[in-house]
Amino acid sequence: MSELLDARAATLLPDGEPLRRHDAAVFDLRRRRDAAVAALPDFEALRTHAQAIKTHTLDYLDAYLERFESQAAAAGAVVHWAEDGAAHNDIVHGLLRERGVRRVVKSKSMLTEECGLNPYLEARDLEVVDTDLGERIVQLGQELPSHIVVPAVHRSRAEIGELFHVHMQTPSGESDPVRLTEYARRDLRPRFLAAEAGITGVNFAIAETGTIVVCTNEGNADLGMSLPPLHIASMGIEKVIPTLADLATFLRLLARSATGQPITAYTSLVTGPRAGGELHIVLVDNGRSRLLANSTHRSSLACIRCGACLNTCPVYRRAGGHAYGQAVAGPIGAVLAPALSSQAEGRRLPLASTLCGSCSAVCPVRIDLHGQLLAWRRTRAHAGAGERVLQRAAAVVLGRAALLRAAGALVRLCWPLLARRWPGNPLGVWLLGRQLPAHPGASFATRYRRLKGSKR
Amino acid sequence: MDVALFIPCYVDQLAPSVGLAALRVLEHVGCRVHYDPRQTCCGQPFINTGATREAARLARAHLALFEKADAVVCPSASCVSTVRHRYAELGLELGPDAQRLCARTFELGEFLVRELDRSELGSRFPHRVALLQSCHGLRELELGHPSERVYATRPEPGVTERLLRAVEGLELVWPERPDECCGFGGAFSVKFPEVSTRMGRDRVRALAATEAEYVTGSDVSCLLHLDGVARREGLGPRPIHLAEILASGLDG
Repeated sequence: MSELLDARAATLLPDGEPLRRHDAAVFDLRRRRDAAVAALPDFEALRTHAQAIKTHTLDYLDAYLERFESQAAAAGAVVHWAEDGAAHNDIVHGLLRERGVRRVVKSKSMLTEECGLNPYLEARDLEVVDTDLGERIVQLGQELPSHIVVPAVHRSRAEIGELFHVHMQTPSGESDPVRLTEYARRDLRPRFLAAEAGITGVNFAIAETGTIVVCTNEGNADLGMSLPPLHIASMGIEKVIPTLADLATFLRLLARSATGQPITAYTSLVTGPRAGGELHIVLVDNGRSRLLANSTHRSSLACIRCGACLNTCPVYRRAGGHAYGQAVAGPIGAVLAPALSSQAEGRRLPLASTLCGSCSAVCPVRIDLHGQLLAWRRTRAHAGAGERVLQRAAAVVLGRAALLRAAGALVRLCWPLLARRWPGNPLGVWLLGRQLPAHPGASFATRYRRLKGSKR
Repeated sequence: MDVALFIPCYVDQLAPSVGLAALRVLEHVGCRVHYDPRQTCCGQPFINTGATREAARLARAHLALFEKADAVVCPSASCVSTVRHRYAELGLELGPDAQRLCARTFELGEFLVRELDRSELGSRFPHRVALLQSCHGLRELELGHPSERVYATRPEPGVTERLLRAVEGLELVWPERPDECCGFGGAFSVKFPEVSTRMGRDRVRALAATEAEYVTGSDVSCLLHLDGVARREGLGPRPIHLAEILASGLDG
């Protein structure tokens, strides 16, 4: 049995109130998404259009990346290429070290989570402050984000109030979200002013113009890239899109799919550095070109990280993001992990789904997410020797009517024994939270024979 | 019309009454039903765990057994979706006849409504019934309308709903979050029993809140899972398969 999403795993969202609250909060995002997209009569066509843009761009990604690089350079940005997370962290650290930077503010970037940038920089005596409120909360709690859009959704207001009390000396017992936000803002403002560099993620990169696009609801990325003299933008190579006109399509989809907003509160297009400042863009591969070369899984690179698949996923909502053990949780996390994760557990994540297909149905770029999960299962990377042998045996039994009936007869005979919980019951796992159905009586085949026999 | 009855392995063994009800309904609408007792498993459990070689062997046997059928009808939506959508991913190089067979494999309800254009069968079931929309039937066979999707114009009710609405005396109710997964998911239910059970419990509570006497659906596996959770929790309506409701009162 997998440790992931397991009751014994400490990373599983606790049962009871935390579970109920998490499920309700995350499903509320799904409801908001439903309401927002229902107001766009051409929403399904928009998804198809966005998918077509992404498919085309990924098919010609090398050309679009080169175009983006030359246009960004022409606008005055410096473009770096990083083969993996380590190279990315090294490039960022080098830029900071060369300029004697000690204090860094960082807005939300799932890529830097994937690369483990924060611990890398902190180990080298740099102060990194996450400025997205949710990211700040998980940073104070010394944990990973549990959701790509709402990183601290696993935390209750009271828990956040307690974290703030410990780390920011706010009044004990404060749990009002407006006041807590105000405290965080007051704590962050001097950190913004003192920072010597700002690191941001990138939602889209436009090849035509060399522009990077950063979407936030808090304006924290805008402060982070406007106040300090150095702006470092980290992006996966799959973020590039051809033109500004294409951006319009994705902006209509992104916030609606994520939170039900028509557009994020702040949508900033950055072309070249601001006057007197520097802009460095780090393009990161970290397994993406391997995915690109894989015709079965290429489409998973189309993801725009809206989080809609997490919000709708009944497994994610009841397991919590930390149970996935990855920077990106939920269906898309389980699809990307076998290719992008360095951890062995990543290869088992495609099993962590009922294949209900709700993820595929909400995806704004129409990634066949549950089909992708199935395709990863076909690689059998998750299956040990024991499981393979058992399955081979099961296939022999299920493949022959006589063996199936014999096995069925045996199960019927043992039914009262199997229905009870006792150590060693082969159905013990099923009985953890469920009972066996009532004894089924004779099989259909037997009853059919009796029925048709008696009519003759 | 000649129909080959496809009774999946677990329906044969664990829910034989569903198979009998499907047979009864098909005969009632005038089909000549053929049942071959050599049939076993379509391969779904192996497909879902990526055991392609085992799945391919079962798929080949399944296709060979039903080779001559003009239409195959089955009371389990996920098995139908396996044959219709997943066989093509097994690298079997399906010929035109096999492809036709995959496309002509129907879930009972969709066969009645879409192929025979029959939704009023004369069934009678005077009870309050909640509908559990099973995921594969809903999103892969489109037996209803997934809540994720945006429709330009309001679509007419899905096939399962149309059949239930035509049953005399039946009061149809919907649980909150009408198409949330019950948490079964085949191997998922035993590989991740804790999360599977959490999902099942939530579904059972939502169904109990409708105050329905029965919960019905087009997939036996989901109903068996829910039954297991409901028995443990001592809560929720009794599961009954769509075929069993449709077979009710047919003789009257």
